[in-house]
Amino acid sequence: MNYAFRLFVTFSAGEIFELKAELNSDKKEKKKEAVKKVIASMTVGKDVSALFPDVVNCMQTDNLELKKLVYLYLMNYAKSQPDMAIMAVNTFVKDCEDPNPLIRALAVRTMGCIRVDKITEYLCEPLRKCLKDEDPYVRKTAAVCVAKLHDINAQLVEDQGFLDTLKDLISDSNPMVVANAVAALSEIAESHPNSNLLDLNPQSINKLLTALNECTEWGQIFILDCLANYTPRDDRESQSICERVTPRLSHANSAVVLSAVKVLMKFMEMLPKDLDYYGMLLKKLAPPLVTLLSAEPELQYVALRNINLIVQKRPEILKHEMKVFFVKYNDPIYVKLEKLDIMIRLASQANIAQVLAELKEYATEVDVDFVRKAVRAIGRCAIKVEQSAERCVSTLLDLIQTKVNYVVQEAIVVIKDIFRKYPNKYESVIATLCENLDSLDEPEARAAMIWIVGEYAERIDNADELLESFLEGFHDESTQVQLQLLTAIVKLFLKKPTETQELVQQVLSLATQDSDNPDLRDRGYIYWRLLSTDPVAAKEVVLAEKPLISEETDLIEPTLLDELICHIGTLASVYHKPPSAFVEGSRGVQHKRLPPRTGSNESVESPESTQPVVGQSADQPPAVIPSQGDLLGDLLNLDLGPPASTVSSGPTSTMQMGAMDLLGGGLDSLIGTSFGSPAVMPASLNAPVGGGLGDLFDLGSNVGIPCGSYVEPKTVSKYPAQCLLFSLRFSLLKYQPFISYLTISSSQVCCGICEE
Amino acid sequence: MIHSLFLINSTADIFLEKHWKSVVSRSVCDYFFEAFSKASDPENVPPVIPTPHHYLISIFWEKTFFVAVIQNEVSPLFVIEFLHRVAETFQDYFGECSETSIKDNLVIVYELLEEMLDNGFPLATESNILKELIRPPTILRSVVNTITGSSNVGNMLPSGQLSSIPWRRAGVKYSNNEAYFDVIEEIDAIIDKSGSTVFAEIQGVIDACIKLTGMPDLTLSFMNPRLLDDVSFHPCVRFKRWESERVLSFIPPDGTFRLMSYHVSSQNLVAIPVYVKHNISFRESGASGRFDVTIGPKQTMGKTVEGIVVTVHLPKVVLNTDLTSTHGNYTFDPVTKVILVWDIGKMNPQKLPNLKGTLSMQSGVPKPEENPSLNIQLRIQQLAISGLKVNRLDMYGEKYKPFKGVKYVTKAGKFQVRT
Repeated sequence: MNYAFRLFVTFSAGEIFELKAELNSDKKEKKKEAVKKVIASMTVGKDVSALFPDVVNCMQTDNLELKKLVYLYLMNYAKSQPDMAIMAVNTFVKDCEDPNPLIRALAVRTMGCIRVDKITEYLCEPLRKCLKDEDPYVRKTAAVCVAKLHDINAQLVEDQGFLDTLKDLISDSNPMVVANAVAALSEIAESHPNSNLLDLNPQSINKLLTALNECTEWGQIFILDCLANYTPRDDRESQSICERVTPRLSHANSAVVLSAVKVLMKFMEMLPKDLDYYGMLLKKLAPPLVTLLSAEPELQYVALRNINLIVQKRPEILKHEMKVFFVKYNDPIYVKLEKLDIMIRLASQANIAQVLAELKEYATEVDVDFVRKAVRAIGRCAIKVEQSAERCVSTLLDLIQTKVNYVVQEAIVVIKDIFRKYPNKYESVIATLCENLDSLDEPEARAAMIWIVGEYAERIDNADELLESFLEGFHDESTQVQLQLLTAIVKLFLKKPTETQELVQQVLSLATQDSDNPDLRDRGYIYWRLLSTDPVAAKEVVLAEKPLISEETDLIEPTLLDELICHIGTLASVYHKPPSAFVEGSRGVQHKRLPPRTGSNESVESPESTQPVVGQSADQPPAVIPSQGDLLGDLLNLDLGPPASTVSSGPTSTMQMGAMDLLGGGLDSLIGTSFGSPAVMPASLNAPVGGGLGDLFDLGSNVGIPCGSYVEPKTVSKYPAQCLLFSLRFSLLKYQPFISYLTISSSQVCCGICEE
Repeated sequence: MIHSLFLINSTADIFLEKHWKSVVSRSVCDYFFEAFSKASDPENVPPVIPTPHHYLISIFWEKTFFVAVIQNEVSPLFVIEFLHRVAETFQDYFGECSETSIKDNLVIVYELLEEMLDNGFPLATESNILKELIRPPTILRSVVNTITGSSNVGNMLPSGQLSSIPWRRAGVKYSNNEAYFDVIEEIDAIIDKSGSTVFAEIQGVIDACIKLTGMPDLTLSFMNPRLLDDVSFHPCVRFKRWESERVLSFIPPDGTFRLMSYHVSSQNLVAIPVYVKHNISFRESGASGRFDVTIGPKQTMGKTVEGIVVTVHLPKVVLNTDLTSTHGNYTFDPVTKVILVWDIGKMNPQKLPNLKGTLSMQSGVPKPEENPSLNIQLRIQQLAISGLKVNRLDMYGEKYKPFKGVKYVTKAGKFQVRT
């Protein structure tokens, strides 16, 4: 069959003519060979649509192979030759009544693939017959055909009542038919999110579960995905479904396994935790997840992304399986990075020694991205497992000794975080860090080093010299470094005012007069004014005690996590984003939620599944920056006022809204205490923001600051929170005594005075 | 569901496309090519790539990328599993799954793809059914076909597709009835510098080659089924009986298939068959380094270790090697300068294989930060290192006496020694 390859190389008008003659030949065999040639060139993307009438003429044949080949051709070119395609309709209709079920099925299957409106009208009658065909092979093919037709002409499918017929097929006696009906309905339902097409009740669930055991692996995936959308009535039903789904965990097809994991993860939410079965289920989930990691790298990648979610939701499942996540040097890079992420999530006091030894090993590998991430991972371990901090720091120091440029830089960045987490504990290493000052060329590392120098200026004898050396190329630095340098020098000045006056003047003028960056300028002005009006307050503000950082900075926020758990195995779980955030055409996709646990005492034990996002920060010590997402929102949420009462608790409220609410509420409580506005704000968006700023503006006019015209309270709600902050910062600038109050309770990001 | 499929070779040329729904323009692959050019190695191309309107999910199989285009939210594992199935089917049909073999059999490829997927839903993926629908090409058959004018397409309904055992074709007949099982175990391990095991596990599979007439119902039992706590089965295995009696009861597909795969985890003690003594060092002054590696038997359960191959990715600064081996040959191509391969073959426990000598290195550059890892391949016949043993095979439902056989082999999977 080498002609195919020959065709691939050359193809000319002459040959088209030749093919035409062959297609119209009387000899059956010649015809077939000609059609094969046509198909071969079509497959490699050549245009053979000019032969359409000649190929369609070959359709009337009892030779199955020839028929199939013509069908293949038709599917490809009918769209470009709709008028010609009509010629084929009669043959299709005739084939749909053929005594051979294979031909009936083939005809209905092919007709559905011809995406021509005129043809679809003729398709309805044969399709209706085939949906009720005595042969299950035809029925299952027809079920898929409904989905095809729906894709071409949704209205037609609804008018003809095919959807109801399809729903009836869910109770078909043949499991394959059931699976295909479910698959077709799921696909149709995706474009009609509110249509209740898959209205599941205990009876239909029972049928699905029966079909689950007998249908093909692909059918099992469709059925499991469909089951995952069901919400059981109580924990007993939930348990019985789980029991019947569990055997799927031993399937050879990893997609079946992961879909089964999804169903179990979702339904076990309803089981009381003290139930024996619950513990057993947890144990059963671990081995199949581990097995997924011995599959091909592409499968591993998807599995790892999902395991990342599962580990966050239920760390107990894989807590003893750390070793399977150890990286092999010939893993593809995308697998390595994911494994590393999960290793850190699983790190605990019990296994930290092992993990650190591994991470140190990785830090000497070849791949730069991977090495960087490994070094960062060491820092994250230090922050996560307090007992290991010392060992992590010494590991990092060892790595710095290697003098490999990017390793040193990453190490310094993470050591900064360690200093933040454990202040006044590891400062002895500063000397070593300073030795490497000259080799730093990445902004993040430079900024981190400058922060360290500024923060510990009193312990570093030549801090002023070090900072001054950075100052020489001030304008060539990135914004990050410039901001950090400004803050560090101000800190230095506040700590050693006598020797550094000149330096601070220099940096302030660089920042305020020679820079075009508004952030830098603003920060410069704030410092300047602070320092000139009230150095004591300045000290209080700039050298204020910093909130600690926590290990949870990279966790997915709980409501999103719960939603993603419902989407295990899908694209959403790979991207760690809800489907609404990226799937095109998903208008009004419903947010899936985990079912609530039935035992009432359980809700206390698992607050993360029932409480809204912000509720969690209330449980934590107030000085810890909480985990997720929009840092701004979090910081505000954390530091300002009593948040729980002001925040709307809807699960869909975005961070931005939260931030604005909180800003409003927070400001209000800030100002409220001193100026007597109502202490508790309504939860709506506009009111608190307006109110908060309004108070601020009142305040402003009292002391004669003309900022009321700068931002109209009414328009404020349209601006993002950052904008508000900016205006806030702007107006606060001129009211100095207020600043110290604000910054004591507010955070560094709010005005950027302290740092970062 | 799966919209389209593009096959792309390792020089980034599309050589086949197939669309199951509307036609998606080839230009969608530009996003793939972008990721491809960024990746250091074809293996490092990420398997899921988002584009503005589609998602590209790909696998890399023997120098060919199978890139599926999907439009809506779908399970990526489902797509990846399916793509692997397509590649396996090509391999099964054409003996190899390469660009050449695919181009040589374009029509069959197209027919297969059409049978395997309908509107993006998998249709017939079992090799037994596919072979009934479309016969694989053989030289003999293509000769016969040209003479007699018969075709590769089966003219009967694929009966298996409807029965409750879709994996087995009906009317199987053999004059010699045989059932063979291969128990194959691979050791994945990471051994650290000092020789202690960082991580070790066993990936095991039981592959079957069954040529039995009619509808045989088989039961395979083990001496020590307790070893197997993490298993996945071919759909033919009755899970209930495994759960209650720990036996494998099944009606097999015809021909070769993977009956089960299992996994003996790192919690159980995994025997490591060889040890490696190594001394690889680079001198600070540059220009040269030492290389000295010896391999010896550790826990081999009295069997001979054979097929030993040591692969070392030497750092780029190594220009050439001057080594002598006591056993086997070593190859190092100073031009490509990547891999040192030492093919030892069978190990003689009395005289341990050793490879030693000097490495000449680029002078004037700092010595490499880390020592290279050694990758070891080996094979031990007639041993399943986990200790798994088949007890007996019984057949019900048919009268004849089949010929039965079990073979064990242990191999090294990803077996790495850090130095």
